[in-house]
Amino acid sequence: MPMSDMPQSTDVRETIIYVRDLVKRFGRFVANDHLSFDVYKGEIFGFLGANGAGKTTAIRILCGLSTPTSGQINIAGFDAYLETEKIKQNIGYMSQKFSLYEDLTVEENFTFYGGVYGLSRKQIKEKTTLLLTRLDLLDERKTVLKELPLGWKQKLAFCVAIMHDPKIVFLDEPTGGVDPITRRQFWDLIYEASHNGITVFVTTHYMDEAEYCERVTIMVDGRIDALDTPSNLKKKYNVGSMNEVFLRLARTARATGE
Amino acid sequence: MIILFGMPVVQVLLFGFAITTDIKDAQIAILDKSNDYMTHEITNKLLSSGYFILGANLDKDDQIDKAFKKGNIREVIIFEKNFARNIVTNKNASVQIIADASDPNMANLLFNYTQSILMDYQRQLYKDKKFPMQIQTETRMLYNPELKSVFMFVPGTITILLMLISAMMTSISIAKEKEMGTMEVLLVSPLKPFQIVVGKVIPYVILSCVNAFVILMISFFVLGMPVQGSLLFLLLETILFIFMSLSLGIFISTVSQTQQIAMMLSMFVLMLPTILLSGFIFPIENMPLPLQYFSMIMPSRWFIIIIKGIMLKGSTIFFLWKETLILVGLTLFFITMSVKKFKVRLA
Repeated sequence: MPMSDMPQSTDVRETIIYVRDLVKRFGRFVANDHLSFDVYKGEIFGFLGANGAGKTTAIRILCGLSTPTSGQINIAGFDAYLETEKIKQNIGYMSQKFSLYEDLTVEENFTFYGGVYGLSRKQIKEKTTLLLTRLDLLDERKTVLKELPLGWKQKLAFCVAIMHDPKIVFLDEPTGGVDPITRRQFWDLIYEASHNGITVFVTTHYMDEAEYCERVTIMVDGRIDALDTPSNLKKKYNVGSMNEVFLRLARTARATGE
Repeated sequence: MIILFGMPVVQVLLFGFAITTDIKDAQIAILDKSNDYMTHEITNKLLSSGYFILGANLDKDDQIDKAFKKGNIREVIIFEKNFARNIVTNKNASVQIIADASDPNMANLLFNYTQSILMDYQRQLYKDKKFPMQIQTETRMLYNPELKSVFMFVPGTITILLMLISAMMTSISIAKEKEMGTMEVLLVSPLKPFQIVVGKVIPYVILSCVNAFVILMISFFVLGMPVQGSLLFLLLETILFIFMSLSLGIFISTVSQTQQIAMMLSMFVLMLPTILLSGFIFPIENMPLPLQYFSMIMPSRWFIIIIKGIMLKGSTIFFLWKETLILVGLTLFFITMSVKKFKVRLA
């Protein structure tokens, strides 16, 4: 349904992801149980939950990789059932496993994904130089990806994902396996992207990263059990960290993958 | 699990039953120019031996070529006119044995069996009469007079190589994208699934075509394989087979989550049966019936018939339309199944 017909939220900011009663069933197993939330333009939105809570399922649906069983979903102004092609042109994605090709060079990866999203050769060149300079990796332009340390690869994967200036970028557990300093640097990149108007939708199970988000939801057993800013949640449960908020909520969970 | 325990059992059974070079129920044709009691007795003896089955009864010389090209007849036996009379009056008569030597080993065996049955009959005659009789045999090894085994191996090798590169490599390459996680990213992008698949497959098409061409050139110039039929027809059929293998490779990749699974499926479901059951080395007629039916769904079996037909016998589409149609059908089948599986995956 078009954005103008949807019930307006009380927030004055523009809603860029609209989800109402999203249900995803696999046989009898309900992976996503009537999820409802809004994500605002330019926001850094955290999607938290234990392994097996349904985060990856939900993000796949939002990206167009999977169709929902039922529910209303509108992404960047396009309906998720009927206009998936337009959605794909306007989003970026960084997968959990990986996004870049190990046996290509840094430059080749940029050129490939730029081409996939329809950027011209000139645009690709400009973007590549811009982003590599920002990462201070201009010298590694011609380096084959598998020779780079994991932290650099992840930052590069993020840059490639936002290369075509998407409205939303989806990050599925982007910082697995790197040291805290690199994670901090990665989040600097996320802040900059958000500052430039790109909405960042990130899933993670590092609760300290939850603190970096503007708003978070916590998924437990396929449901959203919390949706608010980190500070409000900490106040509500009277605890000092998001970690503790999570433990409070997750204790009631039936399905814990950890 | 199934693979670890099932495979050895299957292999042993295969080697026990299928892989036999004993002759059984080989199809032959008889051109009896005499039609007298002697030729009938000999024919009876041949057909009741268990080695031969009557594929066709011919009545003219010019039917021989067609009988062979149709593909099922392995040997034609020709009795000269007035056979019995010649035996009685001139003490000898001749039988001509023409064998399809595109499989030289089979041809040899068939010839020897035929020869020994004839000799046996001759001894019988000899026993009853006082003077020596002789049945003279003239032989012709058709399509491969020197009985070069390379004529048998080259078609099979071409088939296997094309299957290897087109089917196996394609399936592994696509499965690798899935395993590495880059497939997901591609699917999220504006690229349509068929664009992704075409992009993965094109290098292997080119590679396969180049390889097929090189193999044919080497077979022709270095190994002495003839190309009796039309070269253009041969190349077109080869391209058809390449597309068939590619669609098969794509299908395998849609059911494999990892490269390893893709490789094992290709190996055990494609390569081994192709080598053992396609008639490449071991003739299909010698296998037990269930395996013969199974070999009907092996695309390699049909392609080997096509290649041998064109290269050795000079067959045209007139003789090979059935096999060609089967390959086309298989290609469409695999493509349809792949598209279906792809869509299911996304749901």
